[in-house]
Amino acid sequence: MSFWVGDWTLITSRERLIELARRLRDDRDTAFDFCSDVTAVDWLARAERFDVVYCLYSTRHRHRVRLKVRAADGVSVPSVTALWPAANWLEREVFDLFGVRFDGHPDLRRILMPDEWQGHPQRKDYPLEGPGELLMENPLDWLKLRNEIE
Amino acid sequence: MALFDTDELVLNMGPQHPSTHGVLRVVLRLDGERVVGSDVVIGYLHRGIEKLCEHRDYLQIVLLTDRMDYVSAATSNLGYCETVEKLMQIEVPPRARYIRTILAELQRIASHNLWLGTHAMDIGAMTVFLYNFRERELVLDLFEDYCGARLTYNAVRIGGLPLDIPAGWDQKVRAYCDLFESKIPEYEELLTHNRIWKERTQKIGVISAEDAIALGLSGPLLRGSGVPRDVRKDEPYAAYADFDFDVPIGTLGDTYDRYLVRVEEFRQSLRIIRQAIDGLPEGPILGKVPRLIKPPAGETYHAIESPKGEIGFFIASDGKSITPYRFRVRPPSFCNLQALPRLIKGHLVADVVALIGSIDIVVGEVDR
Repeated sequence: MSFWVGDWTLITSRERLIELARRLRDDRDTAFDFCSDVTAVDWLARAERFDVVYCLYSTRHRHRVRLKVRAADGVSVPSVTALWPAANWLEREVFDLFGVRFDGHPDLRRILMPDEWQGHPQRKDYPLEGPGELLMENPLDWLKLRNEIE
Repeated sequence: MALFDTDELVLNMGPQHPSTHGVLRVVLRLDGERVVGSDVVIGYLHRGIEKLCEHRDYLQIVLLTDRMDYVSAATSNLGYCETVEKLMQIEVPPRARYIRTILAELQRIASHNLWLGTHAMDIGAMTVFLYNFRERELVLDLFEDYCGARLTYNAVRIGGLPLDIPAGWDQKVRAYCDLFESKIPEYEELLTHNRIWKERTQKIGVISAEDAIALGLSGPLLRGSGVPRDVRKDEPYAAYADFDFDVPIGTLGDTYDRYLVRVEEFRQSLRIIRQAIDGLPEGPILGKVPRLIKPPAGETYHAIESPKGEIGFFIASDGKSITPYRFRVRPPSFCNLQALPRLIKGHLVADVVALIGSIDIVVGEVDR
């Protein structure tokens, strides 16, 4: 648990996420019934490189909290869509842009990028600029090729 | 054997459809003319703004936030700048906070004008569209006087504002408020008691308060369902804490209630603008901002009330670089659009058009 510039943040483990989230939602004193945002941060240098961040809000008490879990590449995080249906598209977006998988998500497809896209653009090791339209089918192949030449 | 097939029909609406307000595709599964299932496909306008922002410095990003919700650019500017100010604990002078509030409220009126015009035209009322664009033009003129731009304003800076208001601008705003107040009854005369309008909007796309909260709806959609939630009131930012205004709410949560809520917001916005112009303090317009904007390591989330709903910015800084490590927008249109399959289920194809309009999406913000 941490407090900085007026925001509370709770850090939890993947195993305890659902249990904690359910308590935050159902407890009368917290009552976080509104899931504002689900997003992720890619800390490339760390072993568990992804932070999945849930921004919660309570329409009754008008307070906010952020919930955070860590995940390594290829490790999936339990989905909170059963608790907050609002998380459905938000988790799809995290999956699309970061490649974090969510267990128990009803419809885990890409949402912003084309269905056949390779790679996950918001990762820190994904290039900002690609090679142009011709090779854009798979930017990762291009990246590998470029690294070999260098 | 039956004379006619009774299969379900799959109909593709969009991506290029006049009523989808941009490039939105809705795949409808129809039983006759009734929608039994649907899938919303977005991403046609994805420009990777979040990725791009992680490669630009903090001042350049203000410009990019213009390009998300391009019909209410000033609101996105404000939300982003306030987030960085929160991250760096910068104090904004009162004059800047007041002018920011005026800009945000003018922007809300312009955005609601555009919404009402296009929404009414989707349903078939052409006159309302022309009236609304006539008044929206006046707001754009005010913005042009203030910062020279009519659509992408770049009107807010971290720590304050780039420009003070030009001489006589406050008088122009006051004259505009008086003029616009006399125009609101014209829209209401055309729509509020219009039988066709009521038949097309009442009891269409009803959503209860609990469902609206669970689905993460915000802005007029949530208020239309009777939840008195407004970030301006609940977590006051800019100068909203100093002003007196009401938060209109609906009762049933249908398309008609959402229309009433937005029309009442016209009046409340005018109230706020008048109070802000009357109480406009003297003083500097830019706070103490370091020359190099480099926030300490840490992260924060800050939300403000855009015309569409809660627009939130999540910024993580590693404390070492002049670009954000992670830049994330919580786009209100994106979260509100999520409710579309739920809203249109069981309604007719013609109502799908009314409901897309009722959500008030800007695809530039949905896809980013």
